Amino acid sequence: MISDPFAATEHNRVASGLSRRHRTGKIWQAIFFSATVIGLVALVALLWTVLDKSFSYVAIEYKVDPATLSSKPLQELTNAELVNLLEANLSKNRFRTLDRKQTLTERTHADLLTLIYDNIVEPRALASYSMSQWIASSQEIRAEVAEKYPDAKLEFRAWINGDFLIDPLSGDPLLVGVRTALMGSLFLILITIAVAFPVGVGSAIYLEEYADKNKWYNRIIQTNIDNLAGVPSIVYGILGLAIFVRTLAPLTSGALFGNADANGRTILSAGLTMALLILPVLIINSQEAIRAVPNSLRQASYGLGATKWQTIWNHVLPQALPGILTGTILAVSRAIGETAPLIIVGAATFITSDPTGPFSKFTALPIQIYNWTTRPQEVYRNIAAAGILVLLISLLTLNAAAILLRNRFSRQHA
Amino acid sequence: MTTQTNENNIIIQANDLSIYYGSFRAVKNVNLGIQRNKITAIIGPSGCGKSTVLRAFNRMNDFVQSAHNDGKILFHGQDIYAPEVDPVQVRQMIGMVFQKPNPFPKSIYENIAWGARINGYKGNMDELVENTLQAAALWDEVKDNLKKSALALSGGQQQRLCIARALAVKPEIILMDEPCSALDPIATLKIEDLMRELSVKYSIIIVTHNMQQAARASDLTAFFTMDEDRAGLMVEYGETSQIFTRPKDKRTEDYITGRFG
Ligand SMILES: Nc1ncnc2c1ncn2[C@@H]1O[C@H](COP(=O)(O)OP(=O)(O)O)[C@@H](O)[C@H]1O
Ligand SMILES: [Mg+2]
Repeated sequence: MISDPFAATEHNRVASGLSRRHRTGKIWQAIFFSATVIGLVALVALLWTVLDKSFSYVAIEYKVDPATLSSKPLQELTNAELVNLLEANLSKNRFRTLDRKQTLTERTHADLLTLIYDNIVEPRALASYSMSQWIASSQEIRAEVAEKYPDAKLEFRAWINGDFLIDPLSGDPLLVGVRTALMGSLFLILITIAVAFPVGVGSAIYLEEYADKNKWYNRIIQTNIDNLAGVPSIVYGILGLAIFVRTLAPLTSGALFGNADANGRTILSAGLTMALLILPVLIINSQEAIRAVPNSLRQASYGLGATKWQTIWNHVLPQALPGILTGTILAVSRAIGETAPLIIVGAATFITSDPTGPFSKFTALPIQIYNWTTRPQEVYRNIAAAGILVLLISLLTLNAAAILLRNRFSRQHA
Repeated sequence: MTTQTNENNIIIQANDLSIYYGSFRAVKNVNLGIQRNKITAIIGPSGCGKSTVLRAFNRMNDFVQSAHNDGKILFHGQDIYAPEVDPVQVRQMIGMVFQKPNPFPKSIYENIAWGARINGYKGNMDELVENTLQAAALWDEVKDNLKKSALALSGGQQQRLCIARALAVKPEIILMDEPCSALDPIATLKIEDLMRELSVKYSIIIVTHNMQQAARASDLTAFFTMDEDRAGLMVEYGETSQIFTRPKDKRTEDYITGRFG
């Protein structure tokens, strides 16, 4: 008879506590799984609120209903017809003032439409109901609007749309666009990357490849960088205000370059402040990427009679680059969403002209989002939600671009 | 320790060499003259400082911050640790092959071309790549896909590529630190054959823990062991046949007959 090896005394299931060990493993697996689920639920909830608010039913009151202006929808009219509309519905003086600002017949279609909305239609948003509210109780909402705002029309509106992206900021919630802020954010990020990337990677190379880690000054530098990564962003804002906006005003305002009426509250100051803010994280991430390059690679290079710089440039950096780029993506993503330091270094909350250069006054997406959420009217919640979507989309686009770039590099060196 | 060698035929010579890591003396009082166009094996128990001595020969120990030496290493009579000597130049003339194959994560071609290029090679690169791959007995296996990543090669092929890469820089001495310890027996034999061919043009120093390998593949053997203070020292140095058949020292005999540790 063959004896069962699994029943052997010192190895049997009970004696070795096997069921208990399996059970512990299962419990931990469940804990880790729920942690993931919690994170996922939070993310979905966030996206849902934003999307829900980006589309809404709005009670709009028109001074002149656009439907009565013309038999066709206004969008489909030609430029000439739009000018005729303006002439017919405006006082002679008003028409002439507009024409004198910029000849009406030479204006773009979008411009003319805006003029008609601003001067003739003059819509006012009185109340706004998010998609979920509408789905849950459209009857009640209809009744409420009919009773409270008898002259208003209930219209569906997608707050995130083409016009929202290309229109400048405006005081009118129905005409407001995000272009000024989007351009501001992009400019800001460009300056931030242009400054922080070379400085950060350079410091990381010095600290990892050149610095003698036993020297007290290098240890102090390293400890400081590690700690600076945890300093609240508002502190960087204060620093930026003191250094870039005030002390270096002649430089950051462009006065040195012949920019007359300017102070230091420019997009350059903000970009430099942001660069300062992400520098510690960027350095730490780059250091880790450089440290992950196996020493055998450096030895191979030195063994062939390469100098230190040849080793770093030809082997260490190409190998570390994917990691450095990942670190940069993370750091820059943080910078895009930062609000506090921008407020302190003086981003404008209301500005309608796009930034044209490093010395422009500017605003940025998070500033506008913050600004919109502080307004009392319900429609600004919708605009803020649309703004958040724009911010998220630009973030995703930027990350996707960086990931593509990174993958190209890692494929080249695999 | 005297060796029965012809003094003019010495290419590199360690005189009273002691090597320290911080205050720990890893190797003490080594006197070792390496002969031109010979294969010299360094054997001994692990931790006795074989790699340390080998790395001292091309100043790779410079990268260990705590490492420093006493004594001299003379290459063609010139002390390679003299202040006016550039360690980069030393490594150009004294190449190295490491324990674990470490090709660059680039193409086969580029692995060989890079070292030559940074050292100012101006000739025909394709020719150099072919010649060195021929010399490393790898050409026939890779000639059709020189653009392929070196990491796609087998371990043995990678190690031969590393040897070819070292040859492309035109060194005089090739240091090999247990070059076969990560390879299978067939790849190991190939490398040993290769070493034999290379010794016509180069002087080779090989560290190995494999005594059969030392007996098979080397002309001269240096046996190292550890003292009570854990410092490595050279016990005996001579013709390989003599070391393995008529060792003079009791410690050598114990080690090669397997009575050690
Ligand atoms: N980088 C280092 N730093 C400090 N001690 C080291 C270093 N490398 C080797 N050692 C020490 O030097 C001695 C000799 O090591 P090694 O030359 O690697 O021996 P072997 O190659 O003969 O096995 C060992 O005691 C080892 O711990
Ligand atoms: Mg060793």
